[in-house]
This record gives sequence, structure tokens and C-alpha cells, in this order.
Amino acid sequence: MNIVVCVKQVPDTATERKLRPDDKTLDRDAVDGVVNELDEYAVEEALRLKEAHGGEVTVLTMGPAKATETIRKALAMGADKAVHLSDDALHGSDALSTSYAMAQALKKIGFDLVILGSESTDARTGVLAAMLAERLGAPQLTLARKVEVNGSAIAIERITDYGYDKVEATLPAVVSVVEKINEPRYPSFKGIMAAKKKPVEALGIADASVDASAVGLAAAYSEVAEFAAAPPRAAGTIVKDEGDGGVKAADFLASKKFI
Amino acid sequence: MDDLLRLDDQLTPEQRMIRDAVRSFVADRVLPDVADWFEEAVFPARELAPQLGALGVLGMHLDGYGCAGLDAVSYGVACRELEAGDSGLRSFVSVQGSLAMFPIWKYGSEEQKQEWLPRMAAGEAIGCFGLTEPDQGSDPAGMRTIAKQDPSGDWILNGAKMWITNGSVADVAIVWAQTDDGIRGFVVPTDTPGFSAPEIHKKMSLRASVTSSLYFDDVRLPASAVLPGVTGLKGPLSCLSEARFGILWGVLGAGHACLESAVDYAKTRLQFGKPIGAFQLTQEKLAWMAVALEQAGLTALHLGKLKDAGTLKPHQISFGKLANVRAALDIARQARSVLGANGITLEYPVIRHMNNLESVLTYEGTQEVHLLTLGKVLTGLDAFR
Repeated sequence: MNIVVCVKQVPDTATERKLRPDDKTLDRDAVDGVVNELDEYAVEEALRLKEAHGGEVTVLTMGPAKATETIRKALAMGADKAVHLSDDALHGSDALSTSYAMAQALKKIGFDLVILGSESTDARTGVLAAMLAERLGAPQLTLARKVEVNGSAIAIERITDYGYDKVEATLPAVVSVVEKINEPRYPSFKGIMAAKKKPVEALGIADASVDASAVGLAAAYSEVAEFAAAPPRAAGTIVKDEGDGGVKAADFLASKKFI
Repeated sequence: MDDLLRLDDQLTPEQRMIRDAVRSFVADRVLPDVADWFEEAVFPARELAPQLGALGVLGMHLDGYGCAGLDAVSYGVACRELEAGDSGLRSFVSVQGSLAMFPIWKYGSEEQKQEWLPRMAAGEAIGCFGLTEPDQGSDPAGMRTIAKQDPSGDWILNGAKMWITNGSVADVAIVWAQTDDGIRGFVVPTDTPGFSAPEIHKKMSLRASVTSSLYFDDVRLPASAVLPGVTGLKGPLSCLSEARFGILWGVLGAGHACLESAVDYAKTRLQFGKPIGAFQLTQEKLAWMAVALEQAGLTALHLGKLKDAGTLKPHQISFGKLANVRAALDIARQARSVLGANGITLEYPVIRHMNNLESVLTYEGTQEVHLLTLGKVLTGLDAFR
């Protein structure tokens, strides 16, 4: 089975994240980049599927040169090779144009299964899997907490507010995963050393047949109009319990429409 | 907390990945429980060993036989991250890799290597190292443990060792003993009749670590149990040099954990209407702690580069062990004072690290011996012989 895992580099959630004042995009130079956490679960699931069914795991990352670190981590976990889609023209792409560029790269790579985290910790749009599936003409199986492959059949358990749905489809398909699906392995020291020698193919937009006018900040359908730092947390309200504490608590919850 | 000198920018991408992998492991598998282990005086060695083996930590700086074959700086960085969890965890790894696996790897026969190293690298077998005795610490040349060869060629081992990390949980002990030819090392399976290893209790330091005595009562070993590659004290001393290199990095982790805890506390603890971190006396403490930690980090990185270049001298390891343990202990004590009464509880990591570092100051060459080693290099005069 030819599995492609889409892995995104995001700013470390433990650090203060900033937008650039000039073009209002994420300031990726100011912070340490890490693997988007949910994508680690996607890598783990891809590796488990490979271990069970054979095949090859390819990492696909779109991002600036710095994203190489993220690719190396996925390779250290055990992926076989990587494709790094990187081009200045891609800077500022929104979800729609990102899905276009990624889909073009996926068509070039070829796949039986595309697997990715259900959202990223930076933009948090959570739409990429659906958009990729649409662009690739493949079934989408999103928010998976369990994935089973049997020949060309794939079935997942999709988490919902009330439990889970069983969703079935035929490969090739696009799957997004949630954190309940597995526990990602630590990259072992041997894996880290082996990752140095694994192939990473650099792909520019021309190589992936991506139309430059359809990507980047200028082509984005969504726009960051303005932004401001989050206000410091205001002091809380202290309510004195004079025998009516329960009523006051209920009133507060009702005022916020919790009850 | 800001890393003032950004020393980790000097690391290679692979070294940073090793750092991150160990850091995640410690955050997930050690930090949630280590205060309880410390309080209850337990270390779940059997549970952790295979996990550490899968990560690649055990014997990480050795080549072949299932070991990861990492450079010295990587080994140091891994020790630092382990000891940010607890000195007991790093001690377990140091003893396994540098004191038990290293002598087999360096001085052992091919059969000894094949028998033990792959299992020890995987964490399926645990090792310990017997050099120190009840009456012989800094002066191991006077050891009383003795091995005599009988006419069949078997070795008969008698004596006692003390303060042996991993002793009661070990599958194999590397035991150093006097023979007719001088000091030799022996590979002793711990299920050999006559071998016993009771645990030492009532420790106030390294509580999350197994410390034992070893007793040898006519322990009969085959002729093949001796390490063929070395005779004399240089055998065990070379192992200690390996382990001390891990210590001079490891204590950076303990120091960092204490400083980080003190900075967090100073920013959030309010007295007289403001965070105690806004008081100049507290800031002075924090600043000196950070300076000491970064200087220790520079020492470690420099010595790591020398070790990778193959030019590191034993007295330079003494310098690093002496200076960095001292720095970490001072940082821990200062951090304890910043945390006030909270500094003495296991709710915070500080008192645990502080108590652990009292052992680290003494083991693997006391502060005094390392001072005399430097004194001898400076003057050419030997103060302890």
C-alpha cells in the first residue's frame, strides 16, 4: 500500500505565536517549528498500516525551507521518504489554495491512501482533508478514531458528538485522524540517525504543475483584515455566598446560556 | 524561560531531535510519577528498561550489538534530558550504558558481547557495576574482593561491594576483584549461587533509584567470566570516565529543572502586592543561577566536542564533573530558597533534585578527589599518594 502522510510544521504551541505586521501572515521565523501534533498521530497510523499490510510511507510537507526539521522527525519515526513542496509563490496560501497545491503534489506522487491530522494547531480550519478529497476525486473519511484496511476496502470509526459513525469506502481515499486513534511512538535514536540518509525530494510549484496565479497571498479567498494581541485576562467576579450561592451560580450559568 | 546563551543552537538537527525525543519521553513517562517514586523510595526499573531500550538510550554511545552508536554530544544531551526528570533515572542509564555495557563492549570477549550487549541495549537485561566497597571508596586499589582460580580453571569470588546502583534489580554484575595478576573484571550473572544483593534503605537522596550491597560468598565462575581485555585499575577507571562524562551533562538537566521551577514560582508568587520575582534580591538569585547554568552548559559542550574529537583527557572530565555538579547543587539550593516553604515539598522538583545532587557530588569520584586531580595537573605534585 502506498501511503502518503501530510505533515505540517506549526509554531510550538508552548511559545508565544505572532503574526507578521507587514502581510499579516504567521511569523514562522520568530518561533520554533514543531510537527503539528495531530499529524504525528497520522504518521503513527500510517506506520502501523504499513507494518500490518506492507507498502511504503511517504511524507508530504508544504512549507518553507525550515519545514525540513518536521520532515526529518516524521522520517525518524519510520517513514520511508519525503516530498517537500516549497516555493516562495506559496507563501500566504489559504486553505483553498493550499489544498490545490497539495492535491497537485499528491497526483504527482501517487497514492492508495492519504492520511493527515484532522486540523492544525495554527490555522485550525480543519478543512484540508475534505478539500483534498474533493480535488482528488477520492472518498473522504474524516475524524477517524480507528482505521481498518482490508484489500481495497477501508473502514473508519468517525467520532461524532453522540458517539461514532462507521464509514466505509474503497481505496484510494483520504483519511483524517483524531488524537484518540493511537499513541505516536517516540523517534528512536536509531531512527533519528537513519532519517539522515532517507531521500527528501524537493518540489517547486512548476514540478507539481501548480499554477502560480492560483496560490499565495494574492490568490487567497480569505484575508486577515486586522489583528490585535489578546487582552490580558480580566479579574474575575467574586460572588459572596449569603445562603443563595447556588442560585447565584445558576443565574451566572444561565446568563452565559450554559443552562 | 529564556535560554540566555541559546547554546542548543550549536547542536546538529539530529542532536536536537535526540533532545526532543528524550524530553518527550521524560515528560510523558517519568515526570507524572517521579515524585511518588521518590517518596515511596522505588524505581520501576523493569518497567522502564524496555521503554528506554526502545528509545535507544541504553548503551547509546556504543557501536554495534544493537546500540545506537551516537556521538558524545548526543550522549550528553540525552543524559541532560534524563536528569531533568531525576538523577535516579540518569543514574540507571549511566550505570547500564557506561559502567556495565561499556566494559563488556571495550574489554569483553566476543561471546560476552554477544551474550549480553543486545539484551542490555534492548533493556531486557539490566546491569550493575561493582567497584566501591564498604571500606574502599576513593581508594579502590585497596579493594578486598578477591578472585582465585582453582585447578579446574574456575574463578572463586569472595568479598563485598557497596553503594551499587541497580544491584538488586540487575541480571548481570561487572565486578572488579583482586587476582594474582592484579585487578580484573568479571561478568557475574546475578543468579550465580553465592551472589546476593540486598537493597540499601533509609536513603535521603536518589530515592527513585535502586542502591544495593553485593555479597560474594564462594561465587564460582567459569574461566570465561573474566574480561580478557584489561588488567589493573585502568579498567574500572576508564568506565568511570565514560560515566562521569554523562554526569557533567546530566546535572545541567537537574539545574535547569530547578531554575525553571524557581523562575515560574517567582513570577506567580505574590508578596507585598507584587510577584517576588519583581524584588531585586530574587532577581539577583535567578540571574546568578542562570549564569552558573549557562557556564556549566558551555563546559559540557566544550568537553563533548573534545570527546568527539578524541582528545578529551581524564583531568578535563574531572574539571567538568567537579564544576558542573557544584554549579547544579548551588542552583538547586538557591532555587529552594526562592520557593520558600514550598521548596521543601515534592509538589515541586527542587528539593528532590537538591537531595539527589548530594549523592552526585560524591559518587563517581568525590569533589575532593577531582580537586586533587586538578591540583596534581597544576602543580605536578600528587597529594593523595
